[in-house]
Amino acid sequence: MQELSVRHLLGIKDITKQDIQLIFETADNFKDVLNRPIKKVPSLRDITIANVFFENSTRTRLSFELAEKRLSADVINFSSSGSSVKKGETLLDTVNNILAMKVDMIVMRHSSPGAPHFLSRHIKANIVNAGDGTHEHPTQALLDSFSIREKYGEVAGKKIVIVGDILHSRVALSNIFALQKQGAEVMVCGPSTLLPKYIKELGVKVELDINKALAWCDVANVLRIQLERQQMKYFPSLREYTLYYGINKKMLDKLDKQITIMHPGPINRGVELSSDAADSHHSIILNQVENGVAIRMAVLYLLASKNKI
Amino acid sequence: MQKRLIVNHQLLDIMVLRLCHQLIENHGNFSDSVILGLQPRGRQVAQRIQAKLTSILGTSVPTGYLDTTFHRDDFRRRETPLAANATRIDFLIEGKKVILVDDVLYTGRSVRAALDAMIAYGRPANVELLVLIDRLYSRHLPIEPTYVGKSVNSLQSQRVLVEWQGQEVEEDNIWLITKNED
Repeated sequence: MQELSVRHLLGIKDITKQDIQLIFETADNFKDVLNRPIKKVPSLRDITIANVFFENSTRTRLSFELAEKRLSADVINFSSSGSSVKKGETLLDTVNNILAMKVDMIVMRHSSPGAPHFLSRHIKANIVNAGDGTHEHPTQALLDSFSIREKYGEVAGKKIVIVGDILHSRVALSNIFALQKQGAEVMVCGPSTLLPKYIKELGVKVELDINKALAWCDVANVLRIQLERQQMKYFPSLREYTLYYGINKKMLDKLDKQITIMHPGPINRGVELSSDAADSHHSIILNQVENGVAIRMAVLYLLASKNKI
Repeated sequence: MQKRLIVNHQLLDIMVLRLCHQLIENHGNFSDSVILGLQPRGRQVAQRIQAKLTSILGTSVPTGYLDTTFHRDDFRRRETPLAANATRIDFLIEGKKVILVDDVLYTGRSVRAALDAMIAYGRPANVELLVLIDRLYSRHLPIEPTYVGKSVNSLQSQRVLVEWQGQEVEEDNIWLITKNED
């Protein structure tokens, strides 16, 4: 068996197509483990993992924690709210203090792009980026691609449109890198105010009309409209966004083809995705959540295997 | 590298037939018994055993494949990580008599991992071990086979290779391989 080419999973940009393939093949086996009566293997019983979250998270943290526990790792959780970070402790000091407790791996979410990259230059532990600001969210992109592969057999040659707030989305950027490495065609669709100015330089198609984008694609990965950023006024109102970019079942039924709807969660029901679309047979949103645990188990397992005893 | 033939295809065929009759002696019509081949190389042995039992008994014996990769005790101790294989167990093992099948028994660590992995599927009534080759005096754990094709006295520097027809070779053979020591 080959090994990952990296010691840390900082972003999809840093890994190869072979790495992605290896993660998927390993995740296939872990998905099988998750469907057994006893959903636990002892692989990481001698590993301690710290989940260090400097930003809010529900599903990513739960998914990582479950993946770690399914692998029998010892897990400690840290969140910056109510911690010494509020007293002025630096990121490096915080992490070094955690590492002094003999932690082997760090799963980190931070609001600053590049924070895990900075840490990787200063500490020996393996680092998994669980989202760094508007930069990357590699495990989300991997589970998205894995879900497409599960649905269609392969990712290569598939047409995927990423819809919504591309400007602020780490999921979008990681997905673009992951899908392109696997030979998929990628389009982004959203209001021009939410599309980065130089997005075309990443080799993606740009479409402003949601109906044209849906007619073109096999898969629509719909991003959350980040309500917390709406004081910036990227569009006049949520109602207007829904009118122009919201996806509902009527739109999907009008298409004379099978289309798959994905969403990284949490969904703003009735904004970017109507309930009847989110809960329709087109949706594989809950499969994504299930696959998230298997993918994260695979990533942790493969990174841990790089550390020989 | 030196290869010495220790079991040729005729002898291997006789060996498999003998093992099947020993299994029938203890398990009758296999109504309460199942076979689990340990991935990757025990799978072939299990398939051979199953095919021979089917031809003798006229009924198919439930046979599955068990992967032990995530239960091994040498994770992070190997130069290259082991690739996991599929586990396929389409039946309940709760309360069944389970026959674990592998090609070679050496240190016993794989079998220990298999016992660990198997428990995820239920609590068997009892567990037996069938191996084609038992490498004597090399156990790391107190694990012994119930059914043995052939016992071999070998050095630690040697390894046993079981070849099956169709896997880029023309006939079934079992070899003892000695690495040249420089």
